[in-house]
Amino acid sequence: MLEVENLRKVYDTGDEALTGVSVDIGGREVVAMIGPSGAGKSTFVRCINRLTEPTDGTVSLDSEELTGLDDEELRVERRNIGMVFQEYNLVERLTVMENVMQGRLGYLSNWAALRRNFPPEDIERAYELLDLVGLDGMEDKRVDELSGGQRQRVGIARAVIQEPKILLADEPTSSLDPETSSVVMELLTHIADDRDVPVLINIHEVGLAERYADRILGLTAGELVFDGTPTELTDEAKDVIYRGETFDDTSHSGVDEAPDQETAVPETAPLLED
Amino acid sequence: MAGAVDTSSWERYDGRSRAWRIGLIALSVVIVVVSWWWLDITLKYAATAPDRLADLLFRMYPPDIGYLPQVVAPLLETVQIAVVGTLGAVIVAAPVAYITAENTTPNRGTYLLGKLIVTVSRSVHTIVWALLFVVMFGPGAVAGTVATAVRSVGFVGKLLGEEIEEIDFGQVEAVRATGATPFQLLVYGIIPQIKPALIGVSVYRWDINVRAATILGFVGAGGIGVKLFEAIDSFAWRTVSAMLLAVLGIVLVSEVVSAYTRRLVR
Repeated sequence: MLEVENLRKVYDTGDEALTGVSVDIGGREVVAMIGPSGAGKSTFVRCINRLTEPTDGTVSLDSEELTGLDDEELRVERRNIGMVFQEYNLVERLTVMENVMQGRLGYLSNWAALRRNFPPEDIERAYELLDLVGLDGMEDKRVDELSGGQRQRVGIARAVIQEPKILLADEPTSSLDPETSSVVMELLTHIADDRDVPVLINIHEVGLAERYADRILGLTAGELVFDGTPTELTDEAKDVIYRGETFDDTSHSGVDEAPDQETAVPETAPLLED
Repeated sequence: MAGAVDTSSWERYDGRSRAWRIGLIALSVVIVVVSWWWLDITLKYAATAPDRLADLLFRMYPPDIGYLPQVVAPLLETVQIAVVGTLGAVIVAAPVAYITAENTTPNRGTYLLGKLIVTVSRSVHTIVWALLFVVMFGPGAVAGTVATAVRSVGFVGKLLGEEIEEIDFGQVEAVRATGATPFQLLVYGIIPQIKPALIGVSVYRWDINVRAATILGFVGAGGIGVKLFEAIDSFAWRTVSAMLLAVLGIVLVSEVVSAYTRRLVR
């Protein structure tokens, strides 16, 4: 159960990306967060595992308050949160297996990690997952030889092998064609069901959200303005989320693809600080 | 036709920037002339140079091939100085690179420390380092090896540091999001991204070090240079030419190895 209370984020530039968002996510629900570019969707997701440090508010996972943890405690707790990225963020020069196994690093000693000495049960799980995502036989391929759709499936396997309590997906379909996008969404919903974990997907394709999600959150200008089922997401509701601006169900929201703070987040904090 | 643009003439530079350019060229000429005058360069030796060169070549020919077996050991020592020196340098340079890169250095102090190490190491020539270490360790290959390593730390550290600054941080972030330790982050997120540079830079530096090590003997720091210096001192020009050929051979080999290895990694 993920509980977010009054989450607020102000970037160094003074932009207020989140103005105080509260939401609970639990069970095995697939939650899609929609909203125009720059609404704060990515910021919200990244604040949950503190890849972006929230300014205010609390995030708790199974009553463990993430926002109050120190570096080492946070590292340990991050093992319970799987994350899938828009640009896949796989380590390109490593093999598929090595990328999937990154999901187990938190449980491994440094020495074992260095020697790629993974426990047999993890290897078994990795093979099962590669099978599940449709990449069986690809374990020794280097990731830079894969297509976008295949990469995202490796990304999903890496997140799922963590055996997380929640799966976060930050625009997992934005870099993919419509057909592959559907495959990825199906996979994510299947995992929610199969592994009994909630999945939070932030996505700008409203059509995909309506088709695959159990619940939709509408974010606009850092504020949660909609929380309901896909059937409750009426045209009026969409108007509120997109502030009356036209949007296109199939691909991008009609809102200008302005350089938004959502993607411009690599914080310059030293690498090993957290 | 829009606006009042004169369409019959076009100039790459306007008057102001042309004046700048002419001024800079004039300045360069002045610097050359002043340096020439300052250094008191005369051309009186230029007239006799061809004769002297011909004379030297005559005395060098034919190379004393029979001497070559005696060169094998010092030549191997030269290569070993380069190998061990480079290896040591890379090991030391890795953490230096880490604290020199702006995106991985822990804080401002470590960043400056890294830059200081790189600068000090790079600003002193290998031969000068060797002079220093011959005093410390006595003459021989140890001094040469340490000098090679110390000079290479800056080179390797600087280039690797720049490579770390260029990595895709998204990949690192994803590994961190799984709950990996800082060390695991390094092994899984950063090193794979700089691996080609790590190998390329190391082999390239080794190649440079082989060439540099051939003259380390001039200051008593081991290698083929010791013999070369002896031969020059005793005007044994045919021995000198034989050794120069051997050095040329080893340099060519190292160059080929370096080029080949760098092509292998991707």
